Amino acid sequence: MRITVKLFATFRKGRFDAEVREVPPGTTVSQIVEEVDLPEREIGIVLVNSRHAILSRVLADGDTLAIFPLVGGG
Amino acid sequence: MDKILRVDMGAEGGPQFRTEPVGEFAGLGGRAMTTAIISKEVHPLCHPLGAENKLVIAPGSLSGTSASMSGRISVGCKSPLTGGIKESNAGGQAAQVLARLGYAAIVLEGKPEGDDLYKIFINKDGVEISVDNSLKNLPNYPLIEKLRGQYSDRAAYMTIGTAGEMKLLAASIACTDPEKRPTRHCGRGGTGAVMGAKRVKAIILDDTGLKMRPPKDPEKFRDANRRFVEGLRKHTITGEGLPAYGTNVLTNVMNEAGAYPTNNFRTGRFENAAKISGEVQAELEVKRGGLATHGCHRGCVIQCSGVYNDKDGKYVTKQPEYETVWAHGGNCGIDDLDVIARLDFLDDNFGVDTMDTGAAVGVAMEAGLIPWGDGAGAIRLVEEIGKGTPLGRILGCGAEVTGKVFGVERVPVCKGQAMAAYDPRSVMGIGVTYATSTQGADHTAGYSVGPNVLKSGGDLDPLKPEGQVEMSRNLQIATAAVDSTGMCLFIAFPLLDQPETFQALLDMIGAFHGIAMTGDDVTALGKSILKKERDFNTRAGFTKHHDRLPRFFLKEPIPPHNVTFQVTDEDLDKVFNW
Repeated sequence: MRITVKLFATFRKGRFDAEVREVPPGTTVSQIVEEVDLPEREIGIVLVNSRHAILSRVLADGDTLAIFPLVGGG
Repeated sequence: MDKILRVDMGAEGGPQFRTEPVGEFAGLGGRAMTTAIISKEVHPLCHPLGAENKLVIAPGSLSGTSASMSGRISVGCKSPLTGGIKESNAGGQAAQVLARLGYAAIVLEGKPEGDDLYKIFINKDGVEISVDNSLKNLPNYPLIEKLRGQYSDRAAYMTIGTAGEMKLLAASIACTDPEKRPTRHCGRGGTGAVMGAKRVKAIILDDTGLKMRPPKDPEKFRDANRRFVEGLRKHTITGEGLPAYGTNVLTNVMNEAGAYPTNNFRTGRFENAAKISGEVQAELEVKRGGLATHGCHRGCVIQCSGVYNDKDGKYVTKQPEYETVWAHGGNCGIDDLDVIARLDFLDDNFGVDTMDTGAAVGVAMEAGLIPWGDGAGAIRLVEEIGKGTPLGRILGCGAEVTGKVFGVERVPVCKGQAMAAYDPRSVMGIGVTYATSTQGADHTAGYSVGPNVLKSGGDLDPLKPEGQVEMSRNLQIATAAVDSTGMCLFIAFPLLDQPETFQALLDMIGAFHGIAMTGDDVTALGKSILKKERDFNTRAGFTKHHDRLPRFFLKEPIPPHNVTFQVTDEDLDKVFNW
């Protein structure tokens, strides 16, 4: 299945901004995090299709996964 | 900080001043001070631009010390925009300098007859009030340029631009940054109009020959400050994200979360948000020889500001903040950072709130004055404010007035003040704060976006009403207390996530005053401020019916989540029950 992975802020350094990836059914957010080599403890916000999700979330075909470090401002 | 300077601008024969002991207001700083004086001394039914209103300027209780991050200055009055009590705070150099001069507050009272314009100069030798009509109609940048030639290089300036002179409801008070640029504004609620009504164009503060305020227990104070700074540096938000990308790091987050108000709150997602994101902005700033990392006052370790240059490397403005990039950007369908930077400069120069001005332009677009996304048109509209044309005066009075004049229903305000860059339907916690804050719609009054979306300081589902009232209540209490210390509100991220950093702040306040400080003391301070503010607003005519969002937020679902605001009126009425 195909999913879109988007990275933001410091997570883009040495990686990518957005990529469409082919992954096997049953893939979790955690597995993507490992694949793109993100330090798990630095993850602040995970959104799947604009809703907050946890790392064990199983992804579905067509999902958009957005991963941010902890960020703030305002 | 053992004295208060009172200036009677309406005294017979011209303005008179007197310095009095701080007295019953001893120990108060920032918002605690402005609120205490306004609630006690200003008639709640007075006209905000009349002689009965007062403008109180107060450094935070830790300002002027060596405490990091302590450079916020509070300005308070009865707001001409909301009709309620107002506290608006800003960074820049003014707080540190005023505190070192020993003043816990400056209170501008009365109102002079005639057209003369005044400046007030304060240094270690005293106070000088003089007429200077050569400053008339000067926007903030040329005003500072002119004044700089006359005063010491150490001076900090608090000024109004043309909007303040015209007493427009969104007029701000500008504070200069370390480079003497008028870039840090007490933007919200029209404090600049009150200063303009009192005919004060500039306050010049010079601390030459003065030292930092000494703590009662210097050793403990130093140690607490060290632990405090360590905490700020090790937290990802204050140690990495804010220094690297500034506040605009939020554009992508809020947009991805479907909570980014686009085209005047019609949808929660802006298709071109990436083009105006903090990531792109920081890269562009560095490429053009500006700065992506810069402190708005000396002693700041977060450094969330920056310098924005044009394509030829020439200074345009400071790094536009997230709220500004949104108000003038996505809120108006504008996706060009150069246009947004130009608008930020114009706002600072004329001296208007970037949020209420951007929201007013959005409402004007809704009315069909110019199309969505028309950057050149938006610049033309904001230039009208500087010219003082009838249209400019309408826009410079903010979103509510603009909506009324042009017959627009979708006007995103509470108590007359424009909302910020978070839709209250898809971030329900911030909706509670917008609706119930004593200040009108004010995201900083209780930043529920943290636990709702950013997952800092807690974890609540932004799309559900449960728990939002309690969260907003606790944040409003904590914020009122932080706003009294002179501390930048961004310390709240590490404070809420790291108990040891919160303890370091308590220890620092305690060591400064030679007392023991606890978390309960902070809560009690916050509550006492909110209670005074609520009481003032009640006496000014506000009821529970003013603690509501505009009805369209309850009726129109917002894409992509297709939700309406779900917190009930009954629950909103519980925010201040503690």
